[in-house]
Amino acid sequence: MSFKVYQINPELKDVMPQEIIDLEEKSTLNNPKRGVMDLPFYKELIEEHSLCAGCPEAAALRYIMASLPNPEDTIIVNSTGCTSLVFPHIAMHTVHSLFGNQNAVASGIKRVLEYRYPDRVKDVVVLAGDGATVDIGLDCTLQSFFRQEKITTICFDNEVYANTGGQESGMTPKGHVFKMAPKGKQFEKVPMWQLAIDSGCKYVARLTVSSPKRVESVIKKAVYVARYLGPTYVHLYTPCILEIGLNSDQGLEEMRARDKERFEFFEYITPEAQEVIDRVKAEGLL
Amino acid sequence: MAKLGPSGFSPYPVAIIDKVLNPPPGKALLFDELVDEEVAMREAAKAMLTRENPTIFPGPQVLYAWNEDAKKKAKQVKELAQVLNAKIIPMYDYRPKYPKINPEVEINPNHPNLTIWHNNIKACIFIGVHCHYANVALKIIRAETDCFTIAMCSLEGHEDAMITLRDQHPEELDKFIEIAKQVKAELGK
Repeated sequence: MSFKVYQINPELKDVMPQEIIDLEEKSTLNNPKRGVMDLPFYKELIEEHSLCAGCPEAAALRYIMASLPNPEDTIIVNSTGCTSLVFPHIAMHTVHSLFGNQNAVASGIKRVLEYRYPDRVKDVVVLAGDGATVDIGLDCTLQSFFRQEKITTICFDNEVYANTGGQESGMTPKGHVFKMAPKGKQFEKVPMWQLAIDSGCKYVARLTVSSPKRVESVIKKAVYVARYLGPTYVHLYTPCILEIGLNSDQGLEEMRARDKERFEFFEYITPEAQEVIDRVKAEGLL
Repeated sequence: MAKLGPSGFSPYPVAIIDKVLNPPPGKALLFDELVDEEVAMREAAKAMLTRENPTIFPGPQVLYAWNEDAKKKAKQVKELAQVLNAKIIPMYDYRPKYPKINPEVEINPNHPNLTIWHNNIKACIFIGVHCHYANVALKIIRAETDCFTIAMCSLEGHEDAMITLRDQHPEELDKFIEIAKQVKAELGK
């Protein structure tokens, strides 16, 4: 990407709002050491969003956008769901795929980019909810892992189809009752992180977004390993506070509680992925 | 565009309703009439100099220094604003903005009427706005407001504007600035 598209013509700078001038002057683009600690000081790639007040998913997106090492050359592929409401507002390349097809679309994009720009690093990151990743799109998700596509898949797990009124999803824990699942879930939560490991992912992590620094570390590892080796998978717990009956200031509390049980931090790294991580660490990028 | 708005919302472009098509090279469109570029430039300058709160809406192709033409055009837009006594309100981003734009300082192609209503703009120039968003914005302005729209397009023009000038590059902008100066002198402004 050319950075000239962010350079404001000096003659017209006086008519530009400060936030756009900040996007040029306080940008972290072209700086792979960027991270969540920069959040208070620079113009973010996502600022205003149309999610509910206090939605943990908005925080997750904010941390991810701040952590991507190469945002100017990163393509995000997303799918239908709450997350897709945010993508029109972020200052990055995004592709909205058909529901569930995100990993297939991302595979194609990655291959074309490798062909079209052989001498440039282009990262492809899939961001989708649990419905798109695990239920409706499980086929495309797993097939991309089997094919060893060099893409990062991030699943925002809110354990329910929140956007459509609270139907149970494959990720809903057994026994949970939602508005459209009054009898309670009859079977266990799908262990997607385990499926990812068994399907050949080089790096897999499961966590909540209660700790921004941890999210940053995981996202960077996942992107670098995907760039050099093969598929990576990150499973994030981003509870839907409305569907589980919490107030807008209780999302963090909920995630911290789940940190100690079914979303306890878990990381799987293959030996070759560890080599990549060590190399990137030695370069000071992690 | 046969009439000044507000024409009410229509899902169709004027090309279908009023049988107005973009002008051929070397020509311009003045409402639904094909005229010489100079005639259209003269009328555009007159509209900007005589109607209330004239404003120039520069788009990203002029606001950002992405090539040499854009750098030249930025200087020319500034000069043009001085000649026409016009305000400049940028259209720097096409993404919808939540919860709401600030109509004092920005215009968004998804609801350009907000900026036009708020500032009571009766004449405006679109320049450097990508075609698809210029089409959307001009159609909404025509539907919702009585603003006189002038499209200065570097490609084929926009039939939804009241005056369409096509193939507008730095040389043509220089010509327009000269014509605007003449019209200003004639009007005694």
